[in-house]
Amino acid sequence: MTSAMNRYIRVIQPGPMTLVQDRGRVGFQQLGVSVSGAVDADALAIGNLLVGNDRMAAGLEMMLGGLEIEFSMPTVFAVTGADVGATVDEVPVATHVSYLAHAGAHLKLEMVHRGLRAYVAMAGGIAVSKTLGSRSTHIPSKLGGIEGRMVMEADLLPLGDPGGSAVSGLWFDDGKRAAIPSELNVRIVLGPQDDEFSSSGVETLLGSTYTVTDQSNRQGLRLDGPVIESKSGRYDIISDAVVNGSIQVPGDGKPIILLADRQTTGGYAKIATVVTVDLPELGQASPGTNITFTAISVDEAQQLLVQQDLMISSSALVRLIEPISLHVDTERVSVGVSGNGMALMAYVQGDIYPISIDEYTPAE
Amino acid sequence: MLEMTSIEGDANLYPRLVPAGDSAVVIELGAKIDPLINDQVYVLARSIENAKIEAISELVPTYRSVLVNYDPLIMRFSEISERLDKLIGDSSTPTAAETKDTKVIELSVVYGGDDGPDIDAVADHAGLSVQEVINIHSGVDYRVYMIGFSPGFPYLGGLDDRIAIPRLKTPRISVPAGSVGIAESQTGVYPNASPGGWQLIGRIAAKLFDEASPRPSLITPGSKVRFVPVKSHD
Repeated sequence: MTSAMNRYIRVIQPGPMTLVQDRGRVGFQQLGVSVSGAVDADALAIGNLLVGNDRMAAGLEMMLGGLEIEFSMPTVFAVTGADVGATVDEVPVATHVSYLAHAGAHLKLEMVHRGLRAYVAMAGGIAVSKTLGSRSTHIPSKLGGIEGRMVMEADLLPLGDPGGSAVSGLWFDDGKRAAIPSELNVRIVLGPQDDEFSSSGVETLLGSTYTVTDQSNRQGLRLDGPVIESKSGRYDIISDAVVNGSIQVPGDGKPIILLADRQTTGGYAKIATVVTVDLPELGQASPGTNITFTAISVDEAQQLLVQQDLMISSSALVRLIEPISLHVDTERVSVGVSGNGMALMAYVQGDIYPISIDEYTPAE
Repeated sequence: MLEMTSIEGDANLYPRLVPAGDSAVVIELGAKIDPLINDQVYVLARSIENAKIEAISELVPTYRSVLVNYDPLIMRFSEISERLDKLIGDSSTPTAAETKDTKVIELSVVYGGDDGPDIDAVADHAGLSVQEVINIHSGVDYRVYMIGFSPGFPYLGGLDDRIAIPRLKTPRISVPAGSVGIAESQTGVYPNASPGGWQLIGRIAAKLFDEASPRPSLITPGSKVRFVPVKSHD
C-alpha cells in the first residue's frame, strides 16, 4: 500500500444521511445528468478554506446529525454549516475552526441545533474516484460518491494528499453564519417565465410568507402558502432546462424551489430564480422555516455574488493559538485566542461567542 | 408525420433572451414543439459551443430553447447577452447542410412477450394486429428533441398517432432498464430500472447510459433514433 492509501477515514456511524459532495457534476446536463453537489456550497467552501484545500474539494455532508468517523492518520479537519455539537475523543470542538485530529481519533457530530446540514472538510479532500468529473453523490441516479449511495457504517473513504498548507487553529470569522435564522428573506430575480403568471400571481409570491414543508429534500423545497395565479389557469410549459434555485409553480399553485439534486429539465413554469448568494441558506432550511421573497435585478444579484466571493477568502481567516479546553462553572468551554491578541472566541455547547480582551500576555 | 402541439405564444416574441437567475440565461426560439425550431436550437447550441466563450460552463438544449450556464465572476449579464445576441442573429436560419447530416442511432428491439407486456393492449386500443403495431413503431425515425429527466433519457418525437395510447392507470413500481414504451403521442426508452406508467411494447439490450464511458449517452440530443425489430437479444 502506498502512503496515500493509508490516509482514510473509517465510518463508525453514518447518521440518517451522510453523503460525499463536492461542487457538483458540471457539463453533462444536456445528457440528463443532474448537477448535485453540496446544498450549502458556502459551508463546504469555508471548510475547504480552513483545511487548505481547493475551494470545492469533496467533503462529507451530514443531514441532522449522528455522524462518527475515525481518522487513520493525523488529519486537519473543520466542521462547518449547521450549528452542531462536535467532539474529538469526547473533547468539544468548535465549528468553523480547523483542528488536527490524531491517528485513531474519533470525530463525533451530535444532532444539529439550528440548520439542517453540517459539513466535514478534511485536508486533502475525500479522494473516492470521480464519476463524470465529480465525486458528488446523486442518489436518484445512483451516481458518484461511494457506488452512488449514502455513506454507510464501516465504509473506508480515502483522503487525498494534504499538501503543505493545512494548519490547525484557523477560525473563519463570519458573523452571518453564526446564526441561522428561522425566518428567511430570499432574494430572487423574476423569470424566466414570470410572464406566464398574472400580475396578482407575482404579487402573491412577493407579498406572502411561505413555509418549508416536510416534502422537501436535496432535489427541492416544496413550499406551502397562498396559491400563485397563472394567466391562463395552466402551469405547464414545454419542458425546458432548470437551474439551481429555479422557482417552479406546479398545478396546485404552490412554489417549489429546486436545489442541487434537481432533474435537468422540468415542465412547470418558473416564476423566478433564487440568487446564488441566497442558495446556501436554503440548504439549511428545515421544515417549518418561513420564507419571504424580494425581487432584485440581475445586476444587483451579480454584485452580491462578487462581494460574497471576496468574503470567502483567506483574509477572513483568523489565526488562533491552538484552542484549549477548560472548565468554567463546571461547563466545558473551548477558548481560542488569535496570535496578535485581537480576537478571541469561546465555544460553549455548540455556540461560538466572540470575546474582547483588555490585556493579553502570550504564554511562552 | 409529426404532431404539432401548439400552445399560445406570439411568434414575434422569438427569439428572446431572458435571465434565469444570476448565472444563466435562456434563449427561447419558439413556444411549440416543432422540428424546425428544434433544428435551430441545435444549430445555435453548436455555434455557441464553437464560440468558446470562457465564462460559459455548459449548455442545455431543449425542445425550443437553449439554457446557457455561465460564471458571472468572469462575464456579467449585459456582456454575455451581447455576445449571445450576435450568435443568435448569425444562426437564425439554419442551412440545409447544417441540419441534414443528422446521426441515426439504430436500437435493436425485442417486441412483445415478457419484454413488451402491454403490446396486446396497444394493438387492441389501436384496432390493429401486434405485427402492425411493430411495423408502425419501427417504421419511422424518431427525432431526439432533448435528453432530460434522468441520465440518457431521450424525449422522442414522431410517434404515429395510430398507436398512441394513454399511460397505465396504475404505474409499475419497477420498469426494467431498456424498456420501450408509449405514453400518449410519445415513445421512449427507460435507460435505468425505475417506476413508470408508460405502456411497454418491447425492450432493447443496449445500455443507453454508461457513466464510465467517454461518451456516456448512446443517444445524443439532436440525433435520430430508429427501432429495429429482432427476435431475441442473444
